[in-house]
Amino acid sequence: MSDRPGEGTVPTTRRETRFRWEFRRATRVMVDARWPLFAVIFLLAASIAAAFGPVLSPLDPNRQNLVLRLAGPMAPGPDGAVFWLGSDALGRDVLSRLLYGARVSLLVGFAAITVGGSIGIVAGLLSGYFGGWVDDLIMRLADIQLAFPFILLAIMFLVVLGSGVWNLILVLGVGQWVTYARIVRADTLSLREKEFVEAARALGDSTASIIFRTILPNILAPLTVIASFNVASVILSEAALSFLGLGVPPSVPTWGSMLAESRDTLIANKWWLAVFPGVAIMLTVLSFNILGDWLRDCLDPRLRERT
Amino acid sequence: MGSYVVRRLLQSVVVVIGVTLVTFLALQAGGDPTYLFVSERASLEEIEATRQALGFDRPLHVQYLSFVGDLARGDFGQSLSYRQPAMEIVLEALPATIELTLFSMVIALLLAIPLGILAAINRGTAWDGSIMTFSMLGQSIPNFWMGIMMILFFGLYLRVLPISGHVPFLAPMMAGDFGTALSNLPRTIFHLILPGIAVGTYSLARNTRLIRSSLLEVLEQDYVRTARSKGLPERRVLIHHALRNAWLPVVTIIGLEFGFLLGGVVVVETVFSYPGIGRLLFAAINQRDIPLVQAGVVLLAGIFILLNLVVDLVYVRLDPRMKLAGGRG
Repeated sequence: MSDRPGEGTVPTTRRETRFRWEFRRATRVMVDARWPLFAVIFLLAASIAAAFGPVLSPLDPNRQNLVLRLAGPMAPGPDGAVFWLGSDALGRDVLSRLLYGARVSLLVGFAAITVGGSIGIVAGLLSGYFGGWVDDLIMRLADIQLAFPFILLAIMFLVVLGSGVWNLILVLGVGQWVTYARIVRADTLSLREKEFVEAARALGDSTASIIFRTILPNILAPLTVIASFNVASVILSEAALSFLGLGVPPSVPTWGSMLAESRDTLIANKWWLAVFPGVAIMLTVLSFNILGDWLRDCLDPRLRERT
Repeated sequence: MGSYVVRRLLQSVVVVIGVTLVTFLALQAGGDPTYLFVSERASLEEIEATRQALGFDRPLHVQYLSFVGDLARGDFGQSLSYRQPAMEIVLEALPATIELTLFSMVIALLLAIPLGILAAINRGTAWDGSIMTFSMLGQSIPNFWMGIMMILFFGLYLRVLPISGHVPFLAPMMAGDFGTALSNLPRTIFHLILPGIAVGTYSLARNTRLIRSSLLEVLEQDYVRTARSKGLPERRVLIHHALRNAWLPVVTIIGLEFGFLLGGVVVVETVFSYPGIGRLLFAAINQRDIPLVQAGVVLLAGIFILLNLVVDLVYVRLDPRMKLAGGRG
């Protein structure tokens, strides 16, 4: 922190230069702190696994092989292949299922915060800008939602809607909007009276333009921090729901459902079925959490010690 | 202060109405709810008969009003798999769930306070570093996976702790049988250790961070500097000046905490075959036993709302600023 230059050392206020400077500072903090770097590397690897799962997987994740069931890690598999991380109770390759599982976790994680973030940002902007009954209505809706422990709400809707990636994204996404709405509302409230908003109003800009082109760009930065932590918690919820059997259909391998299946062979001490998917979830969530911390440090060093 | 209490109560009423509305709409979210109550091979006549028996042929607002009426009487209908009133089954499982939730709350709070203080007063040292690392890890491990890992390690490898089951303490207590309750207590706690840790770790990690940052913020305040410059011993400054103010944010989250823990309990109970509402919900989900799912969810949500109300009202008494402002903030 001590090497942080004062305001005056920003060479110029020109946008690109300033951006380059910020970028350099951000990368320097990342490399200095080491952990964010590991987080980014891990997430890149996970994204590659998600994108190129079919190419990377040594075996078909759904191919059953009852003769070779519950083989330990490094055991020989079919056709000269190797079960690097062992095989499950149906003789399916754990490594291949793990690589495919990255898809669901990352897709659901990102899609859900896109849904939740969009709803939340719009709701927060409207609530903060207009105030009055609009504000009351939106904030009471938020209260109602917060009155439910989220996972219970998700269970109730998913039981009725049935499992599936889109239902999962919808339910997890709608579950997140309140977080964004509250923060955006607070920021909008304080920006609403600022001079540059006043100026836009005086110039005769339309209300929509003021909200989305004048206010919105100024409140986006802190939201990236929230979003990063949020992806982490959404991935945890997705894993928990998949574990309960409420996630995607059984033919799609996910880390949560792999853990659910591992329970049947736990007593027989088939540890590899339980250890690897859990480590995958943990590392992914940890990476997003570390990334969130790092983003917060970069965007606002003053926030460093809070929460 | 009085007006705040009234407003807070009114707000609770609105929330409760909202919750009933959401619960009702959840049932309708997938189209005609009749299909949730009949088997896949049911004939058209059977479906029609079920529709009329459950009243799904009536207009929505009539259905909602009768739903609220039933709700007020605690009537969620018959569980499809048990052929008993759903609420009875859920209430039977409630004491076990409360025991687990309270136990994990004790872990999450009692350990977080010393850890958070330790990290804050040793800021920047190895103590702080390791506590914060632990806290980062604790917030990244799925609770149910942690349960599975502990079963593997403590239950199957070391064989020192029970990995499943539950010895009732609250149930005999409520039945007035204090002797049984007390003699059960050691074994109750013994069975709660692993699931309690699995549920409580996430909150423990989060609370540790919260207490640390809250204390750090307070320690920078002028009145703490004044206390120090008066020559008060650091210990006294910490306990009488800093902590008194640092723990207010912690009280606020206790209510929310409970709801969060409840969510964790639902999943972790399944891992440890712990006979509470969570395991019941898990079974009900797999058998698509809608009345049972609804009864469980609404009961837990109801407890959560009530608790948050109580916490908010207690908060008014704890924070003198609230009395002056007549409301929050």
